[in-house]
Amino acid sequence: MNLSEDRLKWAYRAMVTARIYEETIAEIYMEGKTPKFDIAAGTIPGEMHLAAGQEPCAVGVCAYLRDSDAVTAPHRPHHVAIAKGVDLRKMTAEIFGKKTGLSHGKGGHMHLFDRDVNFTCSGIVAQGCGPAVGAALSAKMQGRDDIAVSYVGEGAVNQGGFHESVNLAALWDLGVIFVVEDNDWAISVHRKDAAAGPRIADRAAGYGIPGVYIEDNDTVALLKAAEEAVDRARRGDGPTIIQVETYRYMGHFQGDAEGYRPDGEKEALKERDPIPRFKQYLVDEGVLANGDAEKLEAEAQETVDDAIAFARESEFPEPEDALTHVFV
Amino acid sequence: MSERRLTMAKAMVEAIAQEMRDDERVFVMGEDVGPYGGIFDSTQGLLDEFGTERIRDTPISETSFIGAGVGAAMSGMRPIVELMFVDFFGVCMDAIYNLSAKNTYFSGGNWSVPMVIMTATGGGYSDAGQHSQCLHATFAHLPGMKVVHPSNAYDAKGMMTTAIRDDNPVFYMFHKGLQGLGWMWNVPGATTNVPKEPYTVPFGEVGVRREGSDLTIVTLGLMVHRSLDAAKKLSEEGIEAEVLDLRTLVPLDREGVLRSVEKTGRLLVVDEDYKSYGVTAEIIATVAEAGTTMHAPPKRVAYPDIPIPFSRPLEQFALPDADDIASAAHNLMKGAPSTVTA
Ligand SMILES: Cc1ncc(C[n+]2csc(CCOP(=O)(O)OP(=O)(O)O)c2C)c(N)n1
Repeated sequence: MNLSEDRLKWAYRAMVTARIYEETIAEIYMEGKTPKFDIAAGTIPGEMHLAAGQEPCAVGVCAYLRDSDAVTAPHRPHHVAIAKGVDLRKMTAEIFGKKTGLSHGKGGHMHLFDRDVNFTCSGIVAQGCGPAVGAALSAKMQGRDDIAVSYVGEGAVNQGGFHESVNLAALWDLGVIFVVEDNDWAISVHRKDAAAGPRIADRAAGYGIPGVYIEDNDTVALLKAAEEAVDRARRGDGPTIIQVETYRYMGHFQGDAEGYRPDGEKEALKERDPIPRFKQYLVDEGVLANGDAEKLEAEAQETVDDAIAFARESEFPEPEDALTHVFV
Repeated sequence: MSERRLTMAKAMVEAIAQEMRDDERVFVMGEDVGPYGGIFDSTQGLLDEFGTERIRDTPISETSFIGAGVGAAMSGMRPIVELMFVDFFGVCMDAIYNLSAKNTYFSGGNWSVPMVIMTATGGGYSDAGQHSQCLHATFAHLPGMKVVHPSNAYDAKGMMTTAIRDDNPVFYMFHKGLQGLGWMWNVPGATTNVPKEPYTVPFGEVGVRREGSDLTIVTLGLMVHRSLDAAKKLSEEGIEAEVLDLRTLVPLDREGVLRSVEKTGRLLVVDEDYKSYGVTAEIIATVAEAGTTMHAPPKRVAYPDIPIPFSRPLEQFALPDADDIASAAHNLMKGAPSTVTA
């Protein structure tokens, strides 16, 4: 794969940043929600979907993206946002509902929008697919070689919006990559009880486009596959589906009792943590030498701490601000 | 008589279970309705009793499984399908609007579509604009589908039983804040005595939740409780409000509304749904068309015409509360006209 050492280090730092971020948000989310859990209470109210364990999906593809490439994320967006370079201070302030947030508190954690890096979200399953097709279509019509990446969960591939979008992108040879983050679970429903056919990536054949399956949450394998998919998209040769076998280390949302999950499943997945595995790869390849990893990890921690402090210190919007931004 | 208090969620589940025991044709489909028991507890425990054949977890494929509900209803079954949040209607509106609600008419009455679509509504817990809407009027606007919205456990059970036995499609909307969920705020008034045996609550009859002579507050769902809170405050100040719970939007008990307004001569309509083109307008139009003699122009309190914001102060500002209702009632008593906003 054709990535500079700096970019590989960036990937490691982004993964660590995303992990620390999710663990930190998980803690803060519980502030004001104990002893009795109330979703409406506390520092961060509302639903909270965290992505610890899914970091490879984020950096594996975003490693090749520029600010002008579009990314559409679903309800579980933080890791992808971090890898796409969304301003972490503003993003965190948004998640806290503060005036200094990306959207001044109007969107919250499921609706993160950052124009500077062309990042958007939808909390409606699979509804990021259409806009990704539109972003790629615009690039083509405007003669740019920018591409679009649509992130969806494996549960979302059973939604019409996914199929219609893959078909359209394939039909018009648009530069879209559909990244299916296959963490096995759509809330409480397992992939096997929801998706017919052996593999989601196999569905690509039906549209005459490449479909790639990445086993075992493997960052390096994904980096290699994504490089090809991104090149294909930039060349104007059309879309690719990449299904990544990934791991969900937390509940569907925070507060999920996860009674549907087999005993020991999570523990076994944690044994396969993709972050130390990627670190080992970088050490073996000579990318990380003495003290490099620690330095990157410290930087990640600092970035998160800084963003959280910024969000905490920021003011809430004025109540009447609710009435603004309905139209431009 | 034995007293037994149930949450609204438990009351709904009891109605479904009793009808399922009684009628083999009744079954449930939806996301996370199986082992999870429904994100808002609407199917808790049903899987244990009825198994996976009749309590069916679906993929996230609303167009398909709600469409399948229509097909099953036209093929001898009586499905109950759950749309997890009403906000997700966008991906399956055709099955709801163009199939379930129209097939009876298009078939010249040769076919009926006996299905229940149950769905969670409402905000107030910072879930933002794709997970907090009410959309009462969006569904009530369409001919061919009944639209019901209980405000308490007694009605929730009786109306679910009525819905399941109805030969028409029934859109059964329940408010998250009334369900008695263990993980969010609750309105205590929604948990009520519920008889064990099956019973029905007829559609098209307002519930008079409080009698009063000075003004009529017409409302539904969560806002019934907010209006009762407001009425209590008003009463301490010597203003007696009558509070009507619409319970069903289709059919709509226009006579029930007119009866009360003829008595009080003042009308305030309260809705958690968006203000324009909605329930508030329909009720005021009903009274206007009837030519009822009024002491003051009617008023409404509803959600402003904005997408629902995430941040707590923004959302709380926009949501109607008891103070907003009481202050509108005061203005109504003074006969002050409403300010017209864009
Ligand atoms: C159209 C639609 N249906 C249902 C939901 C409710 N919902 C939110 S996330 C989710 C599960 C998504 O599973 P998956 O796509 O695998 O993503 P994951 O949560 O595993 O990241 C569901 C059913 C929704 N947001 N939108």
